[in-house]
Amino acid sequence: MTQAPRGRWTTAVALLLLAGVYVRALAFTPTEIAQGPAQKIFYLHVPAAWSAMLSMALVGLGGILFLFLKDERYDRFAAASAEVGTVFSLVMLTTGPLWAKPIWGTWWTWDARLTLTLMMFFLFIGYQLLRGAVADPGLRARYSAVVGICGLVLLPFIHLSVYLFRTLHPRPIVLKPSAPSLPPEMLITLLVSFAVFTLLYIGFVVQRYAIGESR
Amino acid sequence: MLWARDLAHSFGAVQALDGITFSLDRGQTLVIFGPNGAGKTTLLRVIAGLIRPRQGSAGVDGGRRALGWIGHQSQLYGQLTVNENLRFWASLYDVPSPVVRQRAAQLIGRLGLERQAAQPVRTLSRGQAQRVAIARALMHDPAVLLLDEPFTGLDRLAAEELRGLLAELAAAGRASVLVTHSVEAGTELATEIAFMRSGRFAALGPRAGRDATALGAEYRRIMAGE
Amino acid sequence: MSDLLRHAWLVARKDLQVEVRSRTAFTLALVFTALVLVVFEYGRDPTAVPTLDLAPSILWVTFSFAAVLALNRAFQAELENDALEGLLLAPISRHSLFWGKLAANLAFVALVQVIGLVLFVLFFNVPVWRVLGPLGATMALASLGFIAVGTLFSAMVVRTRFAELMLPVLLLPFLLPPLIAAVTITTQLLGGRPLSEVGGWLRLLAAYDLTFVTLATLLFPATVTE
Repeated sequence: MTQAPRGRWTTAVALLLLAGVYVRALAFTPTEIAQGPAQKIFYLHVPAAWSAMLSMALVGLGGILFLFLKDERYDRFAAASAEVGTVFSLVMLTTGPLWAKPIWGTWWTWDARLTLTLMMFFLFIGYQLLRGAVADPGLRARYSAVVGICGLVLLPFIHLSVYLFRTLHPRPIVLKPSAPSLPPEMLITLLVSFAVFTLLYIGFVVQRYAIGESR
Repeated sequence: MLWARDLAHSFGAVQALDGITFSLDRGQTLVIFGPNGAGKTTLLRVIAGLIRPRQGSAGVDGGRRALGWIGHQSQLYGQLTVNENLRFWASLYDVPSPVVRQRAAQLIGRLGLERQAAQPVRTLSRGQAQRVAIARALMHDPAVLLLDEPFTGLDRLAAEELRGLLAELAAAGRASVLVTHSVEAGTELATEIAFMRSGRFAALGPRAGRDATALGAEYRRIMAGE
Repeated sequence: MSDLLRHAWLVARKDLQVEVRSRTAFTLALVFTALVLVVFEYGRDPTAVPTLDLAPSILWVTFSFAAVLALNRAFQAELENDALEGLLLAPISRHSLFWGKLAANLAFVALVQVIGLVLFVLFFNVPVWRVLGPLGATMALASLGFIAVGTLFSAMVVRTRFAELMLPVLLLPFLLPPLIAAVTITTQLLGGRPLSEVGGWLRLLAAYDLTFVTLATLLFPATVTE
């Protein structure tokens, strides 16, 4: 199979699994007491955030590989990853408020974590704006690599700021030093959702990369 | 003194250089004639080290320190005076201060820029600015000169002056590569001639006494044929 | 090493010389700073929110905008007559070029910030004398890393369309960590808290600066070599 159909199959499978995750999340996972059914968006929101971060990391990695190995394929991969990352960030930025409204009574808060995803979104948008403004492919690839690498290195500083700054956002309950403090069924649903989103990421990127190659 | 070996380079899908090989010794001046888009400027930029070629290699003995560049753009700072520009650029080449002062005065005199010496470059005419650019390129006494259409924008007098200057420099042992699309402008200076088209040398060899008319005819023949 | 620093100093000095002559960017940044402060002054209701609460945010937003404005100037002058090409042809390291630009930018931004601080104290009557030292250190630390990234990006952006728009969009995410840190530290300082309480934030700023100055230095050559 060539790239594009493989990508399409992966995406199709991932979407199917995603539907499965929702069924499980809505019907088979216990409802959280304090927050009610609205909490279930968590299964969509958090993995989307993870995928957006994965996209950013791979944009940066693609940039590093391009600068060292001078192979244009790494640049094309980074570009594909950036586009997919934009979509995931957007998902995260829309599901966040959808959850926030019933829970906190407000659509948006300038709390650290939402703001930081907004920053990731800006990074992706900026990356693509830059690409659009440079005609020469060699120059474009080099510029993109530079921005991508800087963006990747920025992420940990952003993550650090989350911990140091007082935030309205629930403290991280999975990615924290001690063991995750979720009841098992919720944890499983969440982890499955993570896996599905990663698969979705792979599917999208492969498709996008294939399109990039044929251009 | 300078050389290129199997040089090839492309910008995306465009093949700018397609197998260039030559070398130049002291006192030789290679004039490359070619239409726009032939790759002449790209060739100069690869030799100067501004572009890393996809294939092949090129270089100048002594590296960037031994190189002087005169192109379309003056590479000067409009806000600074002629003197300040000359001093700044010379300092980057580690030319000692007393030498800078002396050489600047010499070049300014030689190029007829005495009255403009203390004026900001942005107040100068194009021809005057081009003359300052020539002075700038010579401040560090380079062994090799790369010239990209240096006669553009120069009036007849200034062009004559430049030709004289270049002849002197060649006599003193400098190697030069001059690219131009005008046969008239470059002929007398050349010891070697090349016709460039589509990234390749269609012809390369000593001038062998050919004058501008003969070269012009040959140039047209080569560009029309093939 | 000494060559590296010497050449960087030559580039920085030239940059500042050019800026002093034209004064456009400086005037723009200063006017803009004053404008933002005036807008904040008339836009707030002093009875609703006490000045001291808003002060750090106002101060740092002003500094951020001014810094971004200042960054655009870094490579503008190089484009006019393609002086950048001259800098790349000269036998100086690309790192010297970057550090020279960075130093000039920092000096420029520092000047705008100092004047901005004075205006801020005048307009908002906030007592900064007691904490002037730590505040100054915070200003320096918060600007360094950000300006390093800004200098790097401005080298790329200057040749694209919509350069003035592109730069702020690209830089916004990089502004966030130093901005949050600076505002928090300033709040603590103005609130009379001891410096030891903000140790974590200061360490974050230092780490950010070290990381991005290094990264920008390493990545700069990729933006100017072909």
